[in-house]
Amino acid sequence: MKTFTVSKAVTALMLAGLVLLPLYSQLSGNIFILTLFTRVIILALAAASLNLIMGFGGMMSFGHAAYLGIGGYAVGMLAQEGVGSGFIQFPVALAASAIYGLVIGALSLRTRGVYFIMITLAFAQMAYYVASGLARYGGDDGLTVYKRSDFSGLINLSNRTQFYYLCLGCLFAVIVLIWRIVNSRFGLVVQGLRSNEQRMQAIGFPAKRYQLVCFVISGMMCGLAGALLANNTDFISPAVMYWTRSGDLMVMVILGGMGTLFGPVMGAVVYLLLEEFLSQLTEYWALIMGPLLLLIVLFGRGGIMGLLGRLNRG
Amino acid sequence: MAEPLLRVEKLVRRFGGIVATDNVSLDVASGELHAIIGPNGAGKTTLISQLTGHLEPHSGSVSLGGRDITYLPAYRRCALGLARSFQITSLLLDFTAADNVALAAQAHAGHSFRFFADARKEKGLRDAAHAALDRVGLLHRADVLVSRLSHGERRQIELAVALASKPKLLLLDEPMAGLGVTESQGMVKLLQELRKEVSIVLVEHDMPAVFALADRISVLVYGRVIASGDPAAIRANEDVKRAYLGEAHVVTHHV
Repeated sequence: MKTFTVSKAVTALMLAGLVLLPLYSQLSGNIFILTLFTRVIILALAAASLNLIMGFGGMMSFGHAAYLGIGGYAVGMLAQEGVGSGFIQFPVALAASAIYGLVIGALSLRTRGVYFIMITLAFAQMAYYVASGLARYGGDDGLTVYKRSDFSGLINLSNRTQFYYLCLGCLFAVIVLIWRIVNSRFGLVVQGLRSNEQRMQAIGFPAKRYQLVCFVISGMMCGLAGALLANNTDFISPAVMYWTRSGDLMVMVILGGMGTLFGPVMGAVVYLLLEEFLSQLTEYWALIMGPLLLLIVLFGRGGIMGLLGRLNRG
Repeated sequence: MAEPLLRVEKLVRRFGGIVATDNVSLDVASGELHAIIGPNGAGKTTLISQLTGHLEPHSGSVSLGGRDITYLPAYRRCALGLARSFQITSLLLDFTAADNVALAAQAHAGHSFRFFADARKEKGLRDAAHAALDRVGLLHRADVLVSRLSHGERRQIELAVALASKPKLLLLDEPMAGLGVTESQGMVKLLQELRKEVSIVLVEHDMPAVFALADRISVLVYGRVIASGDPAAIRANEDVKRAYLGEAHVVTHHV
């Protein structure tokens, strides 16, 4: 159990890097890197939440970005209406995500496989168009959040370093939560359902109930990411719910390693940094990114975590 | 007469024009080992699926311990004490043997909406799993992934999973399927032990095994029960010989 492995070492290094990043930013005066990594961490949180249903639960949701929008709009709309308290905004963001997850999950989980992918995608697109139609809240153009969530002196979200650590804290909390869930009774049932639903029903588990609860938990985690995202960009628009964003999240999860605890974080870091640096090199960065991802997925089954795991054995 | 543990009455299930289960009635008494035999395509698995709730009948009824379960979903029947094994091994391949069995125990230990405590450290569940594995003689393989177990071992795990739910009635769909001679003998021996503790409905092709084990046998041909009785009566039954046994010469004298 307590043996040294390459993947553990790399994970520890990455986490240490994330914790120490603000220090580096301060010493080097590089503010941009802190902003960049705040975004990375928020999307890593979203990817980790997707991994709970996709990697552990076997539910291939192609509409997870909808929660980013729901969490974000909860913050943005409340701010617009003069409710600036984070103690109200964040719970509302979580509750709205839970309700969306409950309704969408109850309908989507009647289907399996490709149909599940399509129906979650369809609902997310519906959410996208609903947001585009909200004239009062900017419609297509999106909504500027003039004031970040106010936690009455407890923590100042406008302070870059404090906000960074808030996001990192949320990410760690969610990962610990996922770790506990995965090894709990509930988690074993959900993973059992991924592995063999017929068998699980035969030994006495009502499949849908457990999958739905898992779907809702995952959605709430992603809603939290959405609320943070709106604060990070001071802006929320329908674009964050677009299907390509759901695709990005899926790629992060698969790239990092489905069904692993830290894979999605790794995936988000690698994916977003690659995107950042390649797009500085050339306008046609997607031409390099695409084949690169393909190679990792084809030859590193189990994503980066899988690759690292094999390094250890090889 | 006492209420039978399982009562099947006039069960009918059609697939298009084919009547796969044709007015089947049978009783399984408490403590009995009731075998269902029949040639390929006789509708044995279709019948079992209706007993377990994986398939709905078009008419007729199934009751367990006096309670109508005809339209209950599979997981509810399981809670009432009905456990099954699958004809084609159906396990969680990426879980260990112990995890597979412990999940069955977990299903019968309250709801599983517990999110924080490590389920693999729950002593009650682990003990139940180890006891069931020990029962089928696989305790030494407890921590091996099922995908790494042999076919014969997986058949035994199937049984351990069914046992772990502490069922009143065990539905075994061809537990001997694909087993070698030695493994089959081991399985017969194991079933001989188990039948002392639990009522069993056994669907099986292995005739020597069936005649060695069964208290009563029902013979299914084209979805219909053509005979039902103790092994001696079935062996002597002319209809059965003609329909099924005569050609195969399988029912010779078995010790």
